[in-house]
Amino acid sequence: MSFFKKLKDKFTEQSDTVSEKFKEGLTKTRDSFSTKMNDLVKNYRKVDEEFFEELEELLISSDVGVVTVMDLIDVLKDEARRQNIKDTEKLQSVISEKLAEMLHKEDEDGALNIQKDGLTVILFVGVNGVGKTTTIGKLAHKLKQDGKKVLLAAGDTFRAGAIEQLDVWGERVGVDVIKHQAGSDPAAVVYDAIQSARSKGSDILLCDTAGRLQNKVNLMNELEKMKRVIQREVPDGPHEVLLVIDATTGQNAMSQAKQFGQATDVSGIVLTKLDGTAKGGIVLAIRHELDIPVKLVGLGEKMDDLQEFDPDTFVYGLFSSIIEEDEEE
Amino acid sequence: MAFEGLADRLQGTLQKIRGKGKVSEADVKEMMREVRLALLEADVNFKVVKEFIKRVKERAVGQEVLQSLTPGQQVIKVVHEELKDLMGGEQSKIAVANRPPTVIMMVGLQGAGKTTTTGKLANHLRKKHNRKPLLVAADIYRPAAIQQLETIGKQLSMPVFSLGDQVSPVEIAKQAIQKAKEEHNDYVIIDTAGRLHVDEALMNELEEVKEAVKPDEIFLVVDAMTGQDAVNVAESFNNALGVSGVVLTKLDGDTRGGAALSIRSVTDTPIKFAGMGEKLDALEAFHPERMASRILGMGDVLTLIEKAQSTVDEEKAKELEKKMRTMSFTFDDFLDQLDQVRSMGPLDELLDMIPGMNKAKGMKNINVDDKQIGKVEAIIRSMTKDEKLHPEVINASRRKRIALGSGTTVQDVNRLLKQFEEMKKMMKQMTNMQKGKKKGKGFNFPFMQ
Repeated sequence: MSFFKKLKDKFTEQSDTVSEKFKEGLTKTRDSFSTKMNDLVKNYRKVDEEFFEELEELLISSDVGVVTVMDLIDVLKDEARRQNIKDTEKLQSVISEKLAEMLHKEDEDGALNIQKDGLTVILFVGVNGVGKTTTIGKLAHKLKQDGKKVLLAAGDTFRAGAIEQLDVWGERVGVDVIKHQAGSDPAAVVYDAIQSARSKGSDILLCDTAGRLQNKVNLMNELEKMKRVIQREVPDGPHEVLLVIDATTGQNAMSQAKQFGQATDVSGIVLTKLDGTAKGGIVLAIRHELDIPVKLVGLGEKMDDLQEFDPDTFVYGLFSSIIEEDEEE
Repeated sequence: MAFEGLADRLQGTLQKIRGKGKVSEADVKEMMREVRLALLEADVNFKVVKEFIKRVKERAVGQEVLQSLTPGQQVIKVVHEELKDLMGGEQSKIAVANRPPTVIMMVGLQGAGKTTTTGKLANHLRKKHNRKPLLVAADIYRPAAIQQLETIGKQLSMPVFSLGDQVSPVEIAKQAIQKAKEEHNDYVIIDTAGRLHVDEALMNELEEVKEAVKPDEIFLVVDAMTGQDAVNVAESFNNALGVSGVVLTKLDGDTRGGAALSIRSVTDTPIKFAGMGEKLDALEAFHPERMASRILGMGDVLTLIEKAQSTVDEEKAKELEKKMRTMSFTFDDFLDQLDQVRSMGPLDELLDMIPGMNKAKGMKNINVDDKQIGKVEAIIRSMTKDEKLHPEVINASRRKRIALGSGTTVQDVNRLLKQFEEMKKMMKQMTNMQKGKKKGKGFNFPFMQ
């Protein structure tokens, strides 16, 4: 099982705190997935149609989505035939390998596009209640710890209490927040924030936006306008447009990725609330069909509960109990 | 593509059957596969789907479908009926305590929309039931959650009870009820912090609040976009607290909302309300039948019809029908229609409800802009009485004048005139068609009655 070994090696190289945090956060996800996976392998020793049907269900129950699951199952069937795998236990590593492959592109490092010199502008978009403001707070904390000078723009001028919420995060983390009154034009807030970032010599500007459902044309136009304002002021910006997706979301996340992508050229995804039982399998489908990478993962409500997304670690999280068992053998 | 309705899905299978004249059991099996996929794509939990398919299949393999001439439609009908049954009847009643105040507790995951729903519910109670609710800010964890509820309270001019974020939710809830008694508030709505259903400490806290205030209703607020995990969430909250009703939020999005079915089948708790927008009056009673159509991708025609019925004047409609038949439909009538349609709500919202008009299905180019209607209105209002009655008199110089008067261009005027002519023709065809036997079939837009 070379692939598991590779994962394991990579994992032990990483600092313990990072991997522990990730494992801890993913406990629920991993437990349910790998237990089910183990049960599946135990109940169906032979690789046959029935086994694949069960596997299909396991993946669907993680919100991976029908289209992607079908494609994946086809690939696995081919692989099983090619390598003449009859034993389900042997197929396990192929499954996780294919999953990791799906999330991972060889030449990609998944890190945020932070400029070496000058101002980096990051725009956060997403539907209501996914955790945009919280994510900004956590990311600000993370970046500040890395020694960056961070500024926040309170671009959610619509929802009651949104500006105050970002303000509290600013205080907690110790970074400035540029804000206007509730109800004012969010593009104007962003404009002011850029000017202020310049005069303060900030390294990174994180722009909050109001949550909006992707089928509201006017609100999507408003987002486009915000992006235009950033582009006009910072010609190579925004350097990242991050779509925040709630891990409990089902197939609608695909529609979110598509339509926010159209309006703002989403460059990456932040998957939040992954510390529950939701598995966030929809990111597999989004990667598969739209090719948008996941860049950050939210694993809890605390300030340091935001992690960079590493596909191998993600898959390791899903399968770690299987891998550990494998080691014991 | 990801978002196909059941009808679209069944098309392929049906095409194969069409030549055969008879439907075999294998065909039904294939159709059931499509039904299964449609439900899974709508985010109905796979276990729920399994059970459901079993039941539908029994009916389908029985006489009902095999012998019918239109097996495809029959399958959709059976599926729709079963879905409807599973979803239960309509129940949007809210409990009334024998001794006021009636206490409602709002619970759910983070970001489901509890605080907004708290405001909407309070508004609903005041508007529809003439009640005097007190809002209680018991979310002491999320930054600015209290301010959020206070802002909503201000918008509604309703009292909000809070003790800051240093007092325990149990204490806040207890004192709030005392306060409600003093101030004669007959309803108390407690907004609790969002929490994960696996967070034992926080779930215990909810149980303590429940123990302390003995709520008459516990509403679980669930995001309509929730995927397969909806069953776990609903089950956990229900097991811990005994949920009395569900509020499904963000249903104004383009999600299929299969979570509704999942929640229903694992908790057997009625879904009472649906959140339909960000405004504080955007709370509607939950309609199981419409939800069934929506999950199947059949559009929300019923809501649209209801909206039309509540806004369209019956008398006017009759008069209009006559006009349409005799081709004497004028610009004045058109203006009237525009007003009526507009009073039903934003146009893109209306279009979303019509089956096949779903934007996710390649209709992206049609961006309905309410401003466009404003333009049309301006053009018509710039016409003289005579021009409105007899558009054929509008010549080049009149066009120029109308464009000038309405702040539009001659091209805009031309376009409208042409569209109006075409519309008149279409109306005539429609009314002719309806005089035939097709009555009652298909959807009637208000001016097509």
